[in-house]
Amino acid sequence: MLLLATALVWTSFNAATEARTPSQVLEQPAEPGRSYELTGKVVEGSIERDGEALRFAVRDRVGSASVPVSYSGVVPDPFREGREVIVSGALAEGTFMAERDSLVTKCPSKFTNAEEPA
Amino acid sequence: MAAVGSAALFVALVTALYAVGAGVRAGVTRSRHTAASARRAIYCLAALMVLALVILEAAYLRTDLSFALVAQNSSIQTPTFYKVTAMWSSQAGSLMLWVLLLSLFSSAVLYSTRASLREVTPYATAVLGAVAAFFLSLMVLSPEAQPFATLANPPIDGQGLNPLLRHPAMMFHPPMLYTGYVGFTIPFAFAIGALITRRTGAEWIRATRRFALIAWTFLGFGILLGALWSYSELGWGGYWAWDPVENASLMPWLTGTAFLHSIMIQERRGMLKVWNVALIVATFVLALLGTFLVRSGILNSIHAFGESTLGAPFLGFIAFVLIGSVALVLSRRESLRSEAALDSLASREAVFLLNNLVLVSLCVVIFYGTFFPLISSALTGAEASVGPPWFNAFVAPLAIVLVLLAGIGPVIAWRRATPANLRRSFRIPAVAMVVTFGVLATLTPAASSPTSLIVFSFIAFTIVVALQEVWRGVGARRVMADESWPVALSGLISRNRHRYGGYVVHVGIATLMLGVAGSSAFVGQRDARLSPGESISVDGYTVTYREPTAELLADRSGTGAPVTLGAVLDVNRAGRTFTLRPSRNYYPSGDPAAGAIGRFFDGEATSEVDLRWGLARDLWTAVQPDLQALRPSIDEADRRFVDASAPIQAAILREIVESYRSEPPPATFRVIVSPLAAWIWLGGAIVMAGALLALWPAAGARRRLSSVEAARLGRELSRA
Repeated sequence: MLLLATALVWTSFNAATEARTPSQVLEQPAEPGRSYELTGKVVEGSIERDGEALRFAVRDRVGSASVPVSYSGVVPDPFREGREVIVSGALAEGTFMAERDSLVTKCPSKFTNAEEPA
Repeated sequence: MAAVGSAALFVALVTALYAVGAGVRAGVTRSRHTAASARRAIYCLAALMVLALVILEAAYLRTDLSFALVAQNSSIQTPTFYKVTAMWSSQAGSLMLWVLLLSLFSSAVLYSTRASLREVTPYATAVLGAVAAFFLSLMVLSPEAQPFATLANPPIDGQGLNPLLRHPAMMFHPPMLYTGYVGFTIPFAFAIGALITRRTGAEWIRATRRFALIAWTFLGFGILLGALWSYSELGWGGYWAWDPVENASLMPWLTGTAFLHSIMIQERRGMLKVWNVALIVATFVLALLGTFLVRSGILNSIHAFGESTLGAPFLGFIAFVLIGSVALVLSRRESLRSEAALDSLASREAVFLLNNLVLVSLCVVIFYGTFFPLISSALTGAEASVGPPWFNAFVAPLAIVLVLLAGIGPVIAWRRATPANLRRSFRIPAVAMVVTFGVLATLTPAASSPTSLIVFSFIAFTIVVALQEVWRGVGARRVMADESWPVALSGLISRNRHRYGGYVVHVGIATLMLGVAGSSAFVGQRDARLSPGESISVDGYTVTYREPTAELLADRSGTGAPVTLGAVLDVNRAGRTFTLRPSRNYYPSGDPAAGAIGRFFDGEATSEVDLRWGLARDLWTAVQPDLQALRPSIDEADRRFVDASAPIQAAILREIVESYRSEPPPATFRVIVSPLAAWIWLGGAIVMAGALLALWPAAGARRRLSSVEAARLGRELSRA
């Protein structure tokens, strides 16, 4: 049990991806080779397709700092402008290069009551 | 009617509080009269909750939009099936479902124990009443959890049910989970009653074991339905993502599984009393946490959205249950002494103990991973999370050990296994395991994944153990009673339902693990943007995008989506061909700022997956049409036809949808070849069948002789 606990603590801090807001991503230079979870809202009117890639911008929940994102992979059903999203990746030359299929969309407030387990 | 509903809930709260008072009083004074009064209060509670349910369901059925809940997640157009089941997609409605189920379960257990367990039952009644009172007080006092809140100005139509939830599995999934969560309240309440009265033998376990098994079965079924929904409805193609809400339902199931095993040791040997109490307390607390986590928004998840103000009372209640239970166990530690000690590590007790450790370790791993964002933000100030690879790294080895233990546990001898016993039980299964390993390693591609080689071998071991037991049991009966083998088999099983139900469950779990191992180690997946006529290849399948489909009001699954865009795919594998039709449903946006035509495309959209099931492999496809090409015409229609009449707007919409078919833009496809995935659902069905077998009431006259009766009979025979 003690062994398990040590292993849990040790590996979790190594394997974890840190969640950051767009302004944090812009302010703090990323450590090379480390990826982050970018959380925020999709900027209105920013979604466009560019061949395989989907481009959009994510802004702070409160405030206007925003980061352009380049993403490929499957787009979750609830993905829309103005919605809260989480996407993993790292900043490269001013654009957040997202990992494939890492986009997660939180459900809109209209459905706060809708239960949606597993 | 809403007023009657609110009144019913208020009276229910008073009744539950009365049951608490009367239960405690009956416990202290030992008055049978008061105990009966407390019990009847629970029956009364059940009747009140049924009344409340009927009122709310009637409002849903007639779409009474003055009920806030109905306006929120139903509408005039909502299909009847989803009107009935929309109730529990709301927070208030699901809380009400919780209390309804709790009151029904409580009534059943109190009826079945009305003439037994005279000391324990009154306190258990009080605990059940207190849990019900907690949930009822949320519904009565908290403005956002009132099922019967009304709207002064009812809208013309309701918002309708969240399209993502319009799937049959999703409608049965919450009541199944809740039945599981609620069912574990029963053994918890009796454990607390047993602790208070210091009657910590196995009586409380015998009285509630059936309820624990029912809870376990429903919870497992609920988890499976959720996984099936994720696989066949959500457009990402997986069945498990280590999402906090999934984890929340798995954790009480794991501790519940441990509990069902370790209580056998207490019944048999009088050991592990503290452990069993701890397990059922943990299971109940995790069930509360599961109910709460979905609602709280404290963890980032696609599911756990909506920051609710119910968080504080829930956490308070959970803390109260935890602290109260620990204090109670500490104050009763004298009567929780073990009556026996472990004789040998090669014994059933030891294997069960190991199985318990593995199950609890799994639960600890999942708990830690689920709450890691909170832990890390408390320790380092930065919110970080761990992903599926981290979970898999810990869970896979533990689950593999569990499969092996599921083979060893049911047949190894109690107390101390002799080498002869081990040889007799495990020689053939061990041979089967080695042969499986050898055959798979040399002849199949499974050799490329050592982990799955080990899993497959252990699965073979566990299944052969169960088959061997049935074979030997049937053989013995045929020799003794000269029965034909079908008669011998049914006789054997019907007289030992628990035992053979258990074997079937173990075979089912092994089968399920076969599907999990196969589909996670050997999955093939490709995403591609295709124009009509283009194709991609995945693991021997060639998938060709033949043509687009575009329809109005023609959704195949009857969810009421106005617009459905999709694709016809021709699939070819080694000369055999078939056709799949994945599509995507578009639901109108409720946003008043959306355009008259644009609103049909800007609302929710859901993937309608199409897949070909197969025992060897599933072929799974989803399509994501690109609406960008339609944007100019949608925008133009929004400008020109903003004030047009409904029939004209409908005609325009038809034109636009038609243009998707006549001039199709490239669409994005996801194709997944998932080997052995069907065995997950088959295994799940076998588990459920085994659990039902164990639960099925034994015919009174054919009851197996209890060990006490058998001993007495033996003594009398030896005297004669």
